[in-house]
Amino acid sequence: MTLIVVLAAMGGLFALTILALAIGRTALGPVVVYGGSLLICAVAGLAALWQLVGGAEAPTATLPLGLPWLGAHFRIDALAAFFLVVVNLGSAAASLFALGYGRREHAPMRVLPFYPTFLAAMSLVVVADDAYTFLFSWELMSISSWALVVAHHETRDNLRAGYIYVVMASFGTFALLLAFGLLAGSDGGYAFAQMRDLPLTPTVAALVLILVLVGAGSKAGLVPLHVWLPLAHPAAPSHVSALMSGVMTKVAVYAFIRIVFDLLQTPVWWSSMLVLAIAGITCVMGVLYALMQHDLKRLLAYHTVENIGIIFIGLGLALAFQAYGLASAAALAFTAALLHVFNHSLFKSLLFFGSGAVLNATGMRDMEHQGGLIHRMPLTAFTFLVGSVAISALPPLNGFVSEWLTFQAILLSPELPSWGLKFLVPAVGALLALSAALAAACFVKAFGVTFLGRPRSKAAERAQETDRYSLAAMFLLAGLCLIAGIFPGVFIDALAPVAKALVGESLPLQSDLPYFSIVPIAESRGSYDGLLVFLFMLVSGSLAAVAIHRLASNRLRRGPAWDCGFPDPSPATQYSSASFAQPIRRVFGTMMFRARETVDMPAPGDMRPARLEVGLRDLIWDVAYAPIVGGIDYGARQLNRLQFLTIRQYLSLVFAALVGLLLVLAIWP
Amino acid sequence: MMLNLLVQGAQMALVLLLAPLLVGFVRKMKARLLRRQGPPLLQPYRDLIRLLRKEVVLADGASWLFRACPYVIFAAIWVAASLVPTFGAGLMFSWSADLIAIIALLGLARFFLALAGLDIGTSFGGIGASREVMIASLAEPAMLMVVFTLALVAGSTQLSTMAGFLVSSEVGLRVSLGMALFALIMVAIAENGRIPIDNPATHLELTMVHEAMVLEYSGRHLALIDLASEIKLLLYASLIACLFVPWGLAPAGATPEALAIGLAAYVAKLGVGGFLLAVFETSIAKMRVFRVPEFLGAALMLGLLAALLLFVSRSL
Repeated sequence: MTLIVVLAAMGGLFALTILALAIGRTALGPVVVYGGSLLICAVAGLAALWQLVGGAEAPTATLPLGLPWLGAHFRIDALAAFFLVVVNLGSAAASLFALGYGRREHAPMRVLPFYPTFLAAMSLVVVADDAYTFLFSWELMSISSWALVVAHHETRDNLRAGYIYVVMASFGTFALLLAFGLLAGSDGGYAFAQMRDLPLTPTVAALVLILVLVGAGSKAGLVPLHVWLPLAHPAAPSHVSALMSGVMTKVAVYAFIRIVFDLLQTPVWWSSMLVLAIAGITCVMGVLYALMQHDLKRLLAYHTVENIGIIFIGLGLALAFQAYGLASAAALAFTAALLHVFNHSLFKSLLFFGSGAVLNATGMRDMEHQGGLIHRMPLTAFTFLVGSVAISALPPLNGFVSEWLTFQAILLSPELPSWGLKFLVPAVGALLALSAALAAACFVKAFGVTFLGRPRSKAAERAQETDRYSLAAMFLLAGLCLIAGIFPGVFIDALAPVAKALVGESLPLQSDLPYFSIVPIAESRGSYDGLLVFLFMLVSGSLAAVAIHRLASNRLRRGPAWDCGFPDPSPATQYSSASFAQPIRRVFGTMMFRARETVDMPAPGDMRPARLEVGLRDLIWDVAYAPIVGGIDYGARQLNRLQFLTIRQYLSLVFAALVGLLLVLAIWP
Repeated sequence: MMLNLLVQGAQMALVLLLAPLLVGFVRKMKARLLRRQGPPLLQPYRDLIRLLRKEVVLADGASWLFRACPYVIFAAIWVAASLVPTFGAGLMFSWSADLIAIIALLGLARFFLALAGLDIGTSFGGIGASREVMIASLAEPAMLMVVFTLALVAGSTQLSTMAGFLVSSEVGLRVSLGMALFALIMVAIAENGRIPIDNPATHLELTMVHEAMVLEYSGRHLALIDLASEIKLLLYASLIACLFVPWGLAPAGATPEALAIGLAAYVAKLGVGGFLLAVFETSIAKMRVFRVPEFLGAALMLGLLAALLLFVSRSL
């Protein structure tokens, strides 16, 4: 039943694509496409939720599509149901936002037809039950999102982003293709059910693991495969950026979980170490990159890299615990990772919506020209603030809960017998703690520079509050962030069947506990109650406010800012995004980014203005990518000579090639 | 049950009432060490009452967030402080937030304080906020490593359980705990903006951090923020007291006599702590802002080393 609903919904989305081709240019186009997507995704998401909570038998279906001898297999087990909920909730929220935002699109035919296809492709990846359908949907997802990235192709940067994206996406798919090839074995059993039964040698299993890390990791944005992500995500229209960052990266996480936890039955003993090391580095690098940005959307995109790191820390810990048979600890780590998948999809979409609203209101993504938007866009500012608090892992919102669970899982790891892990896990814990603190700094900067202070440009001064649909979408997600933060037990319980299916154990039932508290292991080991913390803060804050206003003073007078007696009327004297990050740039960036500050101070009497220039280098690009790009360029230039030969030279080349091939054939044993 | 509720209520009132006294005591001690007379012990209370009675002068560019921040900051820090055992471990609601959550609550307060610094759009507010987050970005992980160490020793992140375990005889002297204590003290100095990281008595200097952020606050708003930072100092003092010198702490469900002993012990510990802080502050100079990362980096390394030692050997 669920599967029929979901597949019908995907059919509906494809139909919307065709409809968009017909009516996309009319005023009705965006309403029909986004309204239709909203309804369809809501239905599909509810069906998946019903499947996840109801815990019915996983429905399967085979359609006569794709390879004739294989067909297209679909199945919704607990894992797929959970990710369907994440994907469709994000899609529905983005569609709601786009009902307002997307109407102002200046090139609707470059967005509307690809949008429903993109949504359908993401859901199809999750329900696919054979490698062919999986890879087909995966490619469809990549290509439709690529089309959306280059929708605004007038800007050179966007074209470059699209180019790098399509190269990295093809590379990732290629790695996944090889991984599935190895999993299918020599008989070519491409259905997932056959792959689970096929025994693999340890070498092949290790190869599959690395290929999956490359394939799914490049889509998710693991360092050092993340380079395309901060270019491509911000280039797309904001609702698509939200989908790519909030949802598509989660589909990549799904691919990793599906293959490593489900299909790959042969354990690889060092897998957890590899994943943990990469994840820890990803965390800190992602947030440091984010701190250095002054483009709001690019900052958010880099921050996605950090959150993917947090998710993979949870998954790595789960792999480690699973490898040594500590099932309940594995369940804790795995649940923490999944909860963070859900939470991140909420607040990252919310923040991208907020950045879209700002982009619409001021026409700029650069934070250095914003400022003071809280006065002109109070509702957007409020939701963005909620998202910022949530993503900075601060109580009582949802981001804290999943990071808290990850910390609790780290605290269980001394039980692991492996020496490598004993050294690695505390280091990863420190990296996670560092990235949590840096994330808060990053969002103080993002919110403070964009929304607070005085406007730094005319456009920021004239900004208007965004439309009602966009606000509805943002308030929906902000509300969910709060609910998931104060009733985390309900969400953890919903994840129980997924953990049960994949790591063989689940966390104890949380919803029976008093006052909606959560106790992952035992109450003496650690418990947290978001509801009570929220209520205590609410009560003590309002008590203080009432008491002070009643008993002491409630008078208020407006006056000019004090600023130690020297207020400067120019808004350029405020702290900007670059100056806010300067201390952190000096502390962490001198090594990581080769950050250099050069001061050009004119001689006395010289009238030219002094200049301070900050140079940052992306070492990962310099070390890992620039040589490859340079090598390809060099090769292409050398081969270019072949284009200008005479006919005699071409003929002798062909002859030489023929002789060479014949020689090879003759010598071949 | 009733007794626990009573202990919880008494604790909430106690931290509120005792916090200004601790600050007054430290100031008095510092003045006496410099052979000055110093302000009276109750001066912080008078300052708070005076500020509460005054009208608020709000800068023209202030938003609603600027007016809401003092209440959020106060609420977060007060809730955090009322969950740290002071004289008795049997707090009614201690299970609702463990030590990680308490640190995160302090992080929430700092998040809003830094935003308040940026709200008016002055350069002093910005300088304070950006330095505060730089300091926090190293102090918070160091603190979490201390928490890891303690949690691994005690087998819990729950403060009352931890205190109960650390007071028992099975702990003994451990290298890790010593390192954790040093790291915790360094973090506490940084988090409370004491010398050598920041100078709580300074104004109109380019080196200030906390004072720069709250420069635009006045009247009741300033009173709340001052009270919150005083409670924060008390919180860290109580934290160090209940984790590293837990003797005298009344266990859960203790008799009224035990609670009275706990209270006396707590006040004595605060006195000693305040005196040591005053001695430390008078004997050291403030460091340059970019020396702070080295100081806190050392705290982070100590914390990491302590946790690592516990991972490698459960008995160190």
